[in-house]
Amino acid sequence: MEKKVKNFGYSVTRDRQIDFDANNHDVGKIVALAEPTLHLCISCGTCSATCTASQFTEFSLRQVILLVRRGETKGLLKEVSKCMLCGKCQLVCPRNVSTRNLIIQISRALCNHEVSGSAMLKP
Amino acid sequence: MTFDLFVLPFFFGLIFLTVVLVQKYSRWIAMMDSSDRVKAGMALFSVNLLKSIKEVVLESLLHRKMFKRNPLLGYMHMSFALGWLLLIILGNLESRVYSGGHINPPYYPIFLKFFIHDKRVLPFELFTLPGFFRFIMDFILLFVLSGLVLALFKRTRSKWFGLKKTTQHNSFDKWAITSLWLIFPMRLLAESFTAGLYQGGGFLTNTLGSIFDAILPLQYLAYPAWWAYSTMLGIFFVTLPWSRFMHIPTEIVLIFLRNAGIEQGKYPGSFSEIELSSCPRCGVCIDVCQMNEVDKTSSTAVYLIRSLRDQQPDKQLNANCMMCGRCLQACPVGIDTLGLRVGARSVDNKSIAMDFSYLKKQPFVGEETGIVYFAGCMGHLTPGVKRAIVQIFNHAKIDFTFLDEDGSICCGRPLKLAGLREAASKLVSENTRMIKNTGAQLLVTSCPICLKTFNNDYQLEGMKVMHHSVYIDKLVTEGKLALRPEELKAVYHDPCELGRGSGIYEQPRNVLKQIAEVADVAEEQENSLCCGGSIGELAMDFTQRNIIRDNALKILCESKPDLLVTACPLCKKTYDSANCIKVKDIAEVVAANLVSVKHQPKTTEMVEQG
Repeated sequence: MEKKVKNFGYSVTRDRQIDFDANNHDVGKIVALAEPTLHLCISCGTCSATCTASQFTEFSLRQVILLVRRGETKGLLKEVSKCMLCGKCQLVCPRNVSTRNLIIQISRALCNHEVSGSAMLKP
Repeated sequence: MTFDLFVLPFFFGLIFLTVVLVQKYSRWIAMMDSSDRVKAGMALFSVNLLKSIKEVVLESLLHRKMFKRNPLLGYMHMSFALGWLLLIILGNLESRVYSGGHINPPYYPIFLKFFIHDKRVLPFELFTLPGFFRFIMDFILLFVLSGLVLALFKRTRSKWFGLKKTTQHNSFDKWAITSLWLIFPMRLLAESFTAGLYQGGGFLTNTLGSIFDAILPLQYLAYPAWWAYSTMLGIFFVTLPWSRFMHIPTEIVLIFLRNAGIEQGKYPGSFSEIELSSCPRCGVCIDVCQMNEVDKTSSTAVYLIRSLRDQQPDKQLNANCMMCGRCLQACPVGIDTLGLRVGARSVDNKSIAMDFSYLKKQPFVGEETGIVYFAGCMGHLTPGVKRAIVQIFNHAKIDFTFLDEDGSICCGRPLKLAGLREAASKLVSENTRMIKNTGAQLLVTSCPICLKTFNNDYQLEGMKVMHHSVYIDKLVTEGKLALRPEELKAVYHDPCELGRGSGIYEQPRNVLKQIAEVADVAEEQENSLCCGGSIGELAMDFTQRNIIRDNALKILCESKPDLLVTACPLCKKTYDSANCIKVKDIAEVVAANLVSVKHQPKTTEMVEQG
């Protein structure tokens, strides 16, 4: 069925709702605290266009940042672990986002979240 | 009389220090890898030991590197180190002479003038020089005191000593340094007071003694002065293992281990702990660090080492470093500051696991040519550099394979610098396989970051790795490339990873000199500045990076050159973004000035005819 739809030239996108209340915003907050340039991202996708890793696999920093900001962090750790930290994205970013530190901070926050159930720092 | 109560603070301090040091050394030996232990054991019975002793004398006693940095700073450190050692050695000899060759308790030589009042009569006939010890001991004490006066001046006039900023010390260091500074004046007072009473001193203590005798009731002051002297020694010994002065006993061990061929290895480990304890916190690394320009003095090497030694690591501090290696270059102890920082980062990022299982082992498809060219990630971001290399190779009719023409994976150095060594090793093995598959004998790369890691971390048996600047220099010397000189004043920027990292300074300059006039730069070669674009830095934002870049550009452009030439795509890209001077890679300059080799002799003939 799906294949047929694909061959048809265009497909029906399933309805998708982002439930902000159900999402996990801890990770985004803690990452923005450690690397405030997260807020500068305009999701232009230049990073993904130059990305070394994305030549070999499905990986998009633009998407990662978007998902972190939305709080859709499920399965994100596996996504982030594809990065080689080569720094090309940082050099091409028109908004001067510190992308390498973002990757590190997102990984740290997600790991903490997996271990302790919360990315937030303990008081 | 060979004992008095006042020796106890010194004596117990010494015993305490000995116990702590033995405990520390045993721990370090126990922590060592067994292979390193064997290496260290072998080095004890080889020429390495002589090498180590030579280095200890030159660096730990004479402070050669400090002298080179600043003569006053060198003299100050030498007077303390050499002076104190001579006081101990000669004091021991002196006490042997007066006690008829017997072995004395450790406090006896230190407080000899208290126990033997009249040193004018020598009981031992061997020494026929009258007053030799009285003179020499006073002279050495004066030598140490001259260093102390300089040390006091250094507090307020650090610029005389070549230091703009000095280390901010913690309370342990303040206790230790205060007691250290008081040891020698107290010794002078105690010996002078006793000499004032009994006339048994040398030129210094006798003179001072008679002056004091005229104005002070010395019979009441001499004994308390000996107590004070002993107490200061005691406090110094007790604080030493937790203060900066731990470098005195540890630096010698570090020199020995380094000469035995032992490397930093895993972190935290025995060698890294010895390195941490060897830091004297002299602060030489502070001034050279460009972090000062963005108000991040607190992340310079000296504070990194202190935070790690005190087991109070700070993630932000560890991340804030360009890894340019200027501190490594300046460090008089030769501590691998970069290695320690990478180690600290590896602890910080321990939880991060990268997964590169998506890299499919693709077979190499292409002709075997003997020479492969690897542009690297940064090379791909500066297409002009890639094009220039291809043009140069084609011009010189060199058959080569462009290994990463359609892109490639990262060399792994950025991951390594972030402390993710395990992840880096996966990329290293994948790249190694790919490079070896080409069957080439020579690998030319445009990126100094790749160059450094290819040389240090890759096992490319039988394959030579060269930076393109070195290869171009080779082609020019072999006569395979001819260059056209231009009316141009250029400056050359040494990239950190190419210069300090790989020791390549001359080759790019040689090439550039054939084309343009190369002006000198205030900070060049080993002292070259970082461009601010470094991938070694993890957390700094672009505002700060730009400040570092602009300050570096100011120094580079002092002589008002027409062109800034570098040999690193990342440096080029960073400087280019400032839009203040034309920036080119050495390969681009060469590609723009290529002339046919065949025409070269003709032009010289024409010149001869003319």
